[in-house]
Amino acid sequence: MSYRIEAARCTGCTACEPLCPNGAIRESGRGYRIDAALCTRCEGFYDQPQCLAVCPIPMTVVLMESETCA
Amino acid sequence: MADGSVKQCGGGAGCGTRKVIPIAARSGAADGFSGCSQKGGAGRAGCGSAAAPADLPPQVWDKVKDHPCYSEQAHHHFARMHVAVAPACNIQCNYCNRKYDCANESRPGVVSEKLTPEQALLKVLAVAARVPQLSVVGIAGPGDALAHPARTFATLRAIRERAPDLRLCLSTNGLALPDHVEEIHALGVDHVTITINMTDPEVGERIYPWIFFRNRRHTGREASRILAERQLEGLERLREKGILAKINSVMIPGVNDGHLAEVNRAVKARGAFLHNIMPLISDPAHGTHFGLSGQRGPTPAELKALQDRCEGDMRLMRHCRQCRADAVGLLGEDRAAEFTTDKLPELMPEYDPEARRAYRDWVEKERADQDAARGRELRALAPESGAAPLLVAVATRGGGRINEHFGHAREFQVYEVDGRGARFVGHRRTDLYCQGGFGDDAALDAMVRTLEGVSAVLVAKVGHCPRGEMQMAGIEVCEDYAFEYVEASLIAYYGRRRAEAAGERARAGAA
Repeated sequence: MSYRIEAARCTGCTACEPLCPNGAIRESGRGYRIDAALCTRCEGFYDQPQCLAVCPIPMTVVLMESETCA
Repeated sequence: MADGSVKQCGGGAGCGTRKVIPIAARSGAADGFSGCSQKGGAGRAGCGSAAAPADLPPQVWDKVKDHPCYSEQAHHHFARMHVAVAPACNIQCNYCNRKYDCANESRPGVVSEKLTPEQALLKVLAVAARVPQLSVVGIAGPGDALAHPARTFATLRAIRERAPDLRLCLSTNGLALPDHVEEIHALGVDHVTITINMTDPEVGERIYPWIFFRNRRHTGREASRILAERQLEGLERLREKGILAKINSVMIPGVNDGHLAEVNRAVKARGAFLHNIMPLISDPAHGTHFGLSGQRGPTPAELKALQDRCEGDMRLMRHCRQCRADAVGLLGEDRAAEFTTDKLPELMPEYDPEARRAYRDWVEKERADQDAARGRELRALAPESGAAPLLVAVATRGGGRINEHFGHAREFQVYEVDGRGARFVGHRRTDLYCQGGFGDDAALDAMVRTLEGVSAVLVAKVGHCPRGEMQMAGIEVCEDYAFEYVEASLIAYYGRRRAEAAGERARAGAA
């Protein structure tokens, strides 16, 4: 399981991008997206997923049920 | 509307325990200026009102004399611009909605486009080439300038290298400030604004739902405790470096209005130069928590009462226009639309400080003239004992002169005038109400409400009808001082009114 960014809700504020310990967050269109293959939900790095903890818009960083259903 | 945000400030918060922050107040600013504890009085120069820098050390006056936000007097002459290179934020405020943006809105946190550091430099050069009044470039978000400081510092460094005559300034909520004071100082930034809305976490938890600090989201009182400690620590470090600090506080009735005097004391003790208490903006249409939950902002009278209470020996900023994170121009005007990114290539900016240098020299002379004129008018006033001050508004487009038409004014600047002089107390916006000309009663009513408590308005020109209508409402609109200096005219007008009142008393006595 990885995190995913709801493109329609993302404001592109850049808060999450430099925080990702895996470099999984990239600019995409007007906002950002998470490379599911790289996301570890910050396990082993931090006790809170960084993108989720910093995102100012509720329900924007969400868990993806399966790594294949992007 | 597009992506963007609405906020009020740079961020803000309070402190640890119920009362004071557990940080020992250190003494001694690097430049010998001890902050806000200067003696007040009519001669105050830094912000509140008057002109003569009698109460300011020369090195401090040198930093504020052309900064429109740090000097009320400078705001008549000098322009600032914000470059919106910092969209990320590290806290959430209940008066801020990061999804909101609108080109017609004039509020902090709002921008129409985000810039890269390279675009920001081009924009600065383009504005500098066309606006000789430009003296300051600031970074005020639309998020927090220090949340991801790399873009902020890259921008400041580029401007310092390519346009060294411009002052650099930034705004922050203070959470990350203690980590970056060294670099801020090394870059030559000499003005930093911290938004501090509380020093008490019990108050803070009603303003800040969360902060992001050291890789964790913190909520509740813990969040506000950390934020307040960091803010006050940052303030102290700025003082150690001799960087002037302005404190912004958003006045939220029923939440922190009773607490801001305590905030005022806390920041004063730590060497803040200037305190800017501004009203909460809480239109439900902006989608902020406060807007949606019906939290109201203060009335102008409530705001002024709190400012008066905090003034004492602390400099209070009363001329803030709560501008956007991409504002360009004199305070109260916004020329951002002339300098959008798509227009930058054709503006072909080049660095040439000559026009600005010439303008600054001219302002220096103009200010000396204005000071002399004010002194003459003050000396011409007959001595009096304890006469009540008069509230008088002026219509001005800048330059320290009465040079705006009554019907064209987007705002009036209000002064309290008495035998000691004229003190700026605030501005009243008209553009919110007076869109459709002056013909109808609703517009007149709105104007009368806007000018509540004001005895007269000094203007460059006014139509016959509106003058009569305002007269009926008890407000004199006077063009006798058209294109004259603001402060000298206010004092002269006050003297005239006093002489008229004395004449009436004499006639009544004779009859």
